[in-house]
Amino acid sequence: MIRSTHLPLLVTLATFILAYALCVYAYPSMLSTRVVANLLTDNAFLGIAAVGMTFVILSGGIDLSIGSVIAFTGVFLAVILRDTSVHPLIAFMLVLTITTAFGAAMGGLIHYLEMPPFIVTLAGMFLARGAAYVLSTESVPITHEFYDVLQGLYWKAPSGGRFRLIGGVMVLTFLVGVLVAHRTRFGQNVYALGGGGQTAKLMGSPIASTTVGIYAISGGLAGLAGIVFSLYTSAGYSLATVGVELDAIAAVVIGGTLLTGGYGYVAGTFFGILIMGLIQTYIVFDGTLSSWWTKIVIGGLLFAFIVLQKGLTWATQARRRAATGFADPS
Amino acid sequence: MTHNTGPVLHAKGISKFFPGTIALDDVELRLESGEVHALLGENGAGKSTLIKCLTGAYQRDGGTIRLDGQEVAPHSTAESQKLGIGTVYQEVNLLPNLTVAENLYLGRQPMRWGLVARRKMNAMARESLAGYGLDIDPAEPLTTYSVAIQQVVAVARAVEMSGKVLILDEPTASLDRDEVQLLFSVIRQLRERGLAVVFITHFLDQVFEISDRATILRNGRVVGTRVLADVTQKDVVTLMLGRQLEAQVHERKAAAAGGTLIEVEGLGKRGMLEPISLALREGEVVGLAGLLGSGRTETANLIFGAVQADQGRILLRGKEISVSNPREAVSHRFALCPEDRKTEGIVGDLSVRDNIILARQAAQGWMRPIPRAEVNEIAERYVKALDIRLASLDMPIRLLSGGNQQKALLARWLATNPDFLILDEPTRGIDVGAHAEIVALIEQLRADGMALLVASSELEELVAYSTRVVVLRDRRAVRELSGDLITPQNIVHAITEDDALPGEVA
Repeated sequence: MIRSTHLPLLVTLATFILAYALCVYAYPSMLSTRVVANLLTDNAFLGIAAVGMTFVILSGGIDLSIGSVIAFTGVFLAVILRDTSVHPLIAFMLVLTITTAFGAAMGGLIHYLEMPPFIVTLAGMFLARGAAYVLSTESVPITHEFYDVLQGLYWKAPSGGRFRLIGGVMVLTFLVGVLVAHRTRFGQNVYALGGGGQTAKLMGSPIASTTVGIYAISGGLAGLAGIVFSLYTSAGYSLATVGVELDAIAAVVIGGTLLTGGYGYVAGTFFGILIMGLIQTYIVFDGTLSSWWTKIVIGGLLFAFIVLQKGLTWATQARRRAATGFADPS
Repeated sequence: MTHNTGPVLHAKGISKFFPGTIALDDVELRLESGEVHALLGENGAGKSTLIKCLTGAYQRDGGTIRLDGQEVAPHSTAESQKLGIGTVYQEVNLLPNLTVAENLYLGRQPMRWGLVARRKMNAMARESLAGYGLDIDPAEPLTTYSVAIQQVVAVARAVEMSGKVLILDEPTASLDRDEVQLLFSVIRQLRERGLAVVFITHFLDQVFEISDRATILRNGRVVGTRVLADVTQKDVVTLMLGRQLEAQVHERKAAAAGGTLIEVEGLGKRGMLEPISLALREGEVVGLAGLLGSGRTETANLIFGAVQADQGRILLRGKEISVSNPREAVSHRFALCPEDRKTEGIVGDLSVRDNIILARQAAQGWMRPIPRAEVNEIAERYVKALDIRLASLDMPIRLLSGGNQQKALLARWLATNPDFLILDEPTRGIDVGAHAEIVALIEQLRADGMALLVASSELEELVAYSTRVVVLRDRRAVRELSGDLITPQNIVHAITEDDALPGEVA
């Protein structure tokens, strides 16, 4: 059964299908597993980070630190693999622990000091970026046979597309994200927090642990995105992924999640990511357009989705008035 | 139900101090199982504070709470819910972005293999709500349903979570008559089941309809607990106010009105209000009567320019003026005290002083700040004149009780020295004492030569202070009553009967 709360998700899905159809109409060769596989591979790190951002935004918060955390993770891995003989898997565990703890600490500050997430994560953004600079100001290449093994893992579709490991990690992250958001108590508490913190508290929802958990997830997934990014680029660079947090926010909003929190779906973010990747692919195929057109189209899409969300909010309120029979909510 | 010999809940010697005030002083409350117990008192008497101490939202400064004989000290609402004390508030405290079932089972969802079993949850919700006589789809978002149904969902949640004591804090304030009956039938069922229900409301009729006993608070102390079958409303009101209400006989003073101040000619807006014409003289109170949604608030907003009219004109002392926004209205010395003080009136985090001076300062322009001494003088004058009870002028206004907030809001507009004051539901949600004071104040302002337009749903109140009453129905002015014709009966006739003359219908 289609409910009005599903509408933004359906709009996102329809946008994706329409956009893909337009692309294929212009360049029939875009309808291939190769393009799909590249979409997943190229956007893997952004997608993983956007899952965390979806949780944050669903709860009514924001996390500006993820771009810096991704860069920090890359530099951290590169430096540790260059200077020590630690196995990459152990380095992964280490960096995931650090980034998760970092996110949890930000969540704790947000909850216990009642600070706006914007400020706290802005501070986190500078901290993480600064820490990356401290480790190395130059791009550090990663050369490790384990990395070569991971990068060599792919499944080749009959028609030629190579579905690489990192794309799979992203899809898996989304699947787990969907499950956590909709089928666990934690997920329900995230929605409750986004619907109204004070009310959720009065209903006995554990606000503190939920807030800490949300930012821990966002930090941890930013760490995972950093690992994926290092696999993607085979390097760690402290100036990388500047502004990725904003791309992630854009993907979440295009995916139909309300910026004020409480409404939205993790699955929507997946299509938000795909739409953004599709625009980029189209520009590559075209060859004559400047890559900045990506930004312009994404900007236009964002505006369109914000207007759509506002419209839906109005429609819901009008329906509520009709349901309660009051001329104005009093 | 097993009936213990002792009370379900026994709070004794409860004290709570706030900076500068004693909110609760040695308060005792005994709840038996299977009773509906009303908690009564003026605004600021300590009802809400007592409830918050019982539910752990506040930490009490003294006293003991025994639940089934066991001493308890809840530190949060979650903890008190687990102990067995559930609460439902006036503003439905459920989450609008979740479905009915999700709201009902937040925090205690049925699980299967570590995941929320949504289908089972919806089925359980449907069954549970059916027990309250509601047949609704629990998978729909909560906001699909009316406030009354949301209220019942909130009750269902509170009962299932706690099951010993249910506290209803002003649950009927935003419900219409039928919806109140729906809620009451639910309360009666719960009483049969042996719950102790605490009922807080300003509506005494409802108290007597549903409650068995009442505990009355005044100034943070218990002034008495009564079995309601043995007492009259007047007894209860006397206990609440601590003084006999002055006889509610209003001698209508001769309309010593001055010249015509405002003429409204054919003012209207498509889809909102049919063109309306009315004239007000100085020293006159014109009442706007009608049911909810009949156009009372719309009339007030159109005249004040809060909503722009698409036809008609307004004349001030015979000259046509433009009132297309509230700024212009204020410059013509109009003032409007809105209906919904929480969203349209008070600025909760600003001090009482700043809230009072706001409109005056705005009228003067921000470039010319009112000197501090004058601000203090104005604020103190109105706090005194209107008897606003507060610890200090510096406290945030949201900490004041509803009646005192309303008076502070009134003070804000009186501070602009208006010639024409529009009041929209000036007595909504405030207690009997503050109510009488506001009625007296309206009378006073009229005698001082102000022109007032008062929209109210309380007929007795309108009858008490109006020199004329305009009755609205279906967004249209249908009758104007004046002089001796202003009686509750005539207003009701005008609202309900199409063309019958007053007095024709028995």
